[in-house]
Amino acid sequence: MLMKLKRRSVLPGFRLTLGYTLVYLSLIVLIPLSSLFLRTATMGWSEFWKIVLDPRVVASYKLTFGTSLLAAMVNAIFGFIVAWTLVRYHFPGKKLIDALVDLPFALPTAVSGIALTAIYAKNGWIGSWLEMVGIKAVYSPLGILIALTFIGLPFVVRTLQPALEELDAETEEAAASLGATRLQTFLRVILPAVMPALLTGFSLSFARALGEYGSVVFISGNMPMKTEITSLLIVSKLEQFNYAGATAIAVVMLLASFTIMLFVNGLQWYASRHQVRGA
Amino acid sequence: MTGLPTTHVVRGGRQNRLATKEPLWLKALFIGTTITFLTLFLVLPLASVFAEALKNGVGAYLKSFNNHAAYEAIKLTLITAAISLPLNVVFGLAASWAIAKFDFVGKSFLLTLIDLPFAVSPVISGLIFVLLFGAQGWLGWWLAEPYLSLPWYSFSEGAWEWTRIWQGSPIRIIFAVPGIVLATVFVTFPFVARELIPLMQEQGTDEEQAALSLGANGWQTFWRVTLPNVKWALLYGVVLSNARAMGEFGAVSVVSGHIRGKTNTIPLHVEILYNEYNYVAAFASASLLALLALATLAAKSALEWKLQREATLEPKTVEA
Repeated sequence: MLMKLKRRSVLPGFRLTLGYTLVYLSLIVLIPLSSLFLRTATMGWSEFWKIVLDPRVVASYKLTFGTSLLAAMVNAIFGFIVAWTLVRYHFPGKKLIDALVDLPFALPTAVSGIALTAIYAKNGWIGSWLEMVGIKAVYSPLGILIALTFIGLPFVVRTLQPALEELDAETEEAAASLGATRLQTFLRVILPAVMPALLTGFSLSFARALGEYGSVVFISGNMPMKTEITSLLIVSKLEQFNYAGATAIAVVMLLASFTIMLFVNGLQWYASRHQVRGA
Repeated sequence: MTGLPTTHVVRGGRQNRLATKEPLWLKALFIGTTITFLTLFLVLPLASVFAEALKNGVGAYLKSFNNHAAYEAIKLTLITAAISLPLNVVFGLAASWAIAKFDFVGKSFLLTLIDLPFAVSPVISGLIFVLLFGAQGWLGWWLAEPYLSLPWYSFSEGAWEWTRIWQGSPIRIIFAVPGIVLATVFVTFPFVARELIPLMQEQGTDEEQAALSLGANGWQTFWRVTLPNVKWALLYGVVLSNARAMGEFGAVSVVSGHIRGKTNTIPLHVEILYNEYNYVAAFASASLLALLALATLAAKSALEWKLQREATLEPKTVEA
């Protein structure tokens, strides 16, 4: 600590760079974001509650939170399988598949949206098969679930991969030499060790799904009370120049995602402390 | 250090090997599930973009780009990225220099604030700039002052907004290019800083101190020591930032006003064409963005390989 304080005087440019960072941060992020909360503060509680508890808005929360939670669960399960396969097994094309996992990060959401709609539509590559068994994917909550699963997948895989790589082979061997079956080793040794990473990936995927807009609007059909997500409601209020309505709903969604981020930070803090104690 | 290779050290023993590895059928099931799931969710959507775009042949595909709106959308996308990327680079370098090379109170809080835009959903990222600069916004009122005396001010808020656009006001921010750039800068804000900070923290200040003690000034130290050390991470941040800048939809959609040939980026152009049932043209434009995504993934993989190699080479040079 003292050494670092001493070092501080050696390198130049601290005031310049920190000053620039703070000014730029304020101009681009803090002042614009604060406008949201200040705008809400001028609104009055009764008006605020009336907007955010409107039946159509509440229906959109239920849909958004429900589909996001389901999508995060699907991603947790399949993301685990994908991450496990990529870390533990060797097979041809593995490198390519590994690189492809980031596609939902790299592909613009509008493109994902129209592509998924094309595939799952009645005459689409997968949609026509689903149609035969009587499942309607596009313009239904199932479509929203598909889009949210798509955009959330990399979060789970990319947080799990390093955690699985770091696992000590010796602990697994120890468990095995003490007579544990592979399943027992998995449930009692491997799973608890990667649980914080799995939960982090789950939460990140959930948080991303809550605010998603581009990939969902094309596939959902946007029917009020049925397939209208909260982000879309904010946009349609804005299009009617109902700034107060858009702001109030946005504040609710922003607080929800901040809460999840806080939870993720807590998880990572717990995981790092846990690791130090274990070592 | 990555535990795995040591597995081979384990003394043979059939039982041991069985207990630390999954049965073959389970392994096959996992690999099968992975490939099926990723094919359904990643490969098929990507393939469908090109399939739909080329449905009516190459001629129809190329024709989709041969019009004013498509040309302007591509131009605006390039302009937006060209403005927001340098801003991100300068901020990323400044922030990482201050955070990684110095110790000060409130550093972790500052890191949280830098990450903040990642926690804000795209639509809300656009909304905050509408609140700030829109007709009812704080700064919007001030910026709109010259128009206050115009007769159509008495119209409803909505009609007034659109009339003003008709006027082509030079100080427009929302429903104009500056708003699109601002929203893009906001959503791409953390990318470069986030890649640079951990790497520069890891590298410490030894090399910079050596340079300074040998008589280099601050700029020389930065250009000749720090920047070469972080160049691949910087490029990595720029690649990610560029993908988001060119592909951002939600935030840009809220601030753009969707004025064809004026405030449409490629993703917004795709949306308009799609909603007009002009599918081939929509997917043709989308294919440009899909190609960009593939290029991004390739660059990302190459840079990750490069960064990893540098990270593993580093300790060896220290030992030698």
